[in-house]
Amino acid sequence: MHIKEQAAERHTLSIVVDNEAGILARIAGMFTARGYNIASLTVADITEDHGVSRITIVTYGVPEMIDQIIAQLDRLVPVHRVTDLSDLGPHIEREMALVKVAGTGDHRIEALRLAEVYRARVVDSTIASFVFEVTGNPEKIDKFCELMREVGLVEVARTGVAAMARGREAA
Amino acid sequence: MTTERSGADILVQALTDLGVEVVFGYPGGAVLPIYDAIFKQAKIRHILVRQEGGAAHAAEGYARSTGKPGVVLVTSGPGATNVVTGLADALMDSIPLVVITGQVPTQLIGTDAFQEADTVGITRHCTKHNYLVKDPASLGAIVHEAFHIATSGRPGPVVIDLPKDVQIAAATYRKPEGPLQHKTYRPQVKAEAAAIEAAVEMLAAAERPILYTGGGIINAGPYASTLLRELQALTGAPVTSTLMGLGAFPASDDAWLGMLGMHGTYEANMAMNKADLILCLGARFDDRVTGRLDAFSPESRKIHVDIDRSSINKNVRVDLPVVADVGSALADMLAVWKARGHEKADLGEWWRRIEGWRARQSLAFPASDHEIMPQKAIQRIWEMTKDKDPIVTTEVGQHQMWAAQHFHFQDPNRWLTSGGLGTMGYGLPAAIGAQVGNPDRLVIGLSGDASVLMNIQEMSTAAQYRLPIKIFILNNMYMGMVRQWQELIYASRYSESYSEALPDFVKLAESFGWTGLRIEQPGDLDGGIEAMLSAPGPVMVDCRVAQLANCFPMIPSGAAHTDMILHAEEVVGEATDEAKALV
Repeated sequence: MHIKEQAAERHTLSIVVDNEAGILARIAGMFTARGYNIASLTVADITEDHGVSRITIVTYGVPEMIDQIIAQLDRLVPVHRVTDLSDLGPHIEREMALVKVAGTGDHRIEALRLAEVYRARVVDSTIASFVFEVTGNPEKIDKFCELMREVGLVEVARTGVAAMARGREAA
Repeated sequence: MTTERSGADILVQALTDLGVEVVFGYPGGAVLPIYDAIFKQAKIRHILVRQEGGAAHAAEGYARSTGKPGVVLVTSGPGATNVVTGLADALMDSIPLVVITGQVPTQLIGTDAFQEADTVGITRHCTKHNYLVKDPASLGAIVHEAFHIATSGRPGPVVIDLPKDVQIAAATYRKPEGPLQHKTYRPQVKAEAAAIEAAVEMLAAAERPILYTGGGIINAGPYASTLLRELQALTGAPVTSTLMGLGAFPASDDAWLGMLGMHGTYEANMAMNKADLILCLGARFDDRVTGRLDAFSPESRKIHVDIDRSSINKNVRVDLPVVADVGSALADMLAVWKARGHEKADLGEWWRRIEGWRARQSLAFPASDHEIMPQKAIQRIWEMTKDKDPIVTTEVGQHQMWAAQHFHFQDPNRWLTSGGLGTMGYGLPAAIGAQVGNPDRLVIGLSGDASVLMNIQEMSTAAQYRLPIKIFILNNMYMGMVRQWQELIYASRYSESYSEALPDFVKLAESFGWTGLRIEQPGDLDGGIEAMLSAPGPVMVDCRVAQLANCFPMIPSGAAHTDMILHAEEVVGEATDEAKALV
């Protein structure tokens, strides 16, 4: 007998929670406990009194699994609401990355040129290295990192996705 | 102006204000202030168990039999880790528990202090919710909130972890006024009107309907069972139930098909398979019920009433989800059914088919004149006690399934068993909790020789409080269900399933101050049961039963409802890898 894998689709979920101790462990642990995937997770409080946080999770799963994930999140006591942004239609996803590249000569010039194309800013430089700050959707950052690999990529730090529905309404 | 009092006093006052009468617990260093507060009051009775796991199951038995939340008080570290199985059990079976665990003082948390464990971390995923209280000023509100969460919506266990310094520190406490409005937790109790109307129309139009009921009906309270009976009478539909739902519908009724699922009756499973409409009321399409999913009830439209949205479409896709308390939904459905003047449909053809399946007598078992058949023992206990309306608890395994098949219940809250988690060691402490909550009722614990040993220390608890529970052990000297699976799936290679070195249960009983009885011959069965019932105080019966009896009917793991094994002769010796991989 062999284990079979199922085709999965990507969903971006916005989860608004009460900012209580252990909330992140509660959410992340639910994913682990039930065998769901977390591709990216970001969290920060979003109200003036720091009482409410917004968690953005990118996950993969078959449609039935996504429905289950939302239902399971929704029944956690401190969860205000869960929105499947992917299901809602057009939405914006942004991620920031710091990308360190080391090299000299042509590699160094090419790295700068590519950074300009991707609107990445130089936030640190030495005679033999740059740190770029690049913002965009995850695919753009993937692509930028892929190009940097050719010209001396040293390390990458990514924030994970923050996302929001388009239009005037709150999701 | 309210005066300040210690966290321990706030806790005890809040429990008193919430109407708590009994706490099951075990003291220790990190809860000494609370035990001192308990010592100084007279309203809450404390039942001292012999291991914290016993406290959790006793509280479950108390909760399930009384409809009130069970309350547990244990110390930090091992006290808390010992209740984890009970928490997981209560979460799976939706039993309302509030468990208070002591914790090391706040400033020692995280230092690997003596008897420190990360209780909120460990219990996060086996509770409905949990709290670490860092300030006595918030304690009162948290206790009230914990009871609200444990008992409302889909009930479940809630843990309050209480550091020792918070038990000592002082704050004011005021009893909250009016019903609690939680800022995020708002379970949907009332169904949407459109969903109820659609459900009624589907039910009225069905030619082969079946009511598939579960533990949710028990949790919704006795009125839900009454409404279920009314709906059945109006529709004429057959009724089956999960293990957890037994008693919601009277087993003496002609419309009762018995339990469904892996060890359910042939007629219940065939009716599920051939139905054109399944109305699921407070059940959750568990794998023990559905069998092979792609063959589960292929011709039916399905309505699922559940208070937990995540139960809907989890295992089986349904046509009409109804998120609601099942009692409320039943009341709404009855009102719509009557308002629209629906008549009982002619289900004659459907019932003729069901009678055909019934005629197979799937619960029949071979008779024996030289050994006691375990099914026969259960049957006789039922026949000899049914007029006393007993509360029955079980452990987990063959005896549990035989009890579900051969002990017949008329009303809810009489049947206490570990369904979802399947916890061996549940039954004896659950019987203790049930007897504490129902001091004048007959409480019978049906057990197996292996299961009963898992929390055998609780015999001492029953002795201390002279709780007259009757523990009846079907002793086949095997972990019977493990042995049965090894026989059916692993060509009778009985790996580690023999109960080696069993104690002399009669002497064991006597050593705890119980009455111990042994039944060995079929002719002595009735006399033995009679002696058990007439002996005062707690009784343990060691009933030697046929060692190799198997529990049938049975749907093997991964098989369809139509592939039921009715008798031992149909069994093959070794299963495929795919079948072996299923639970």
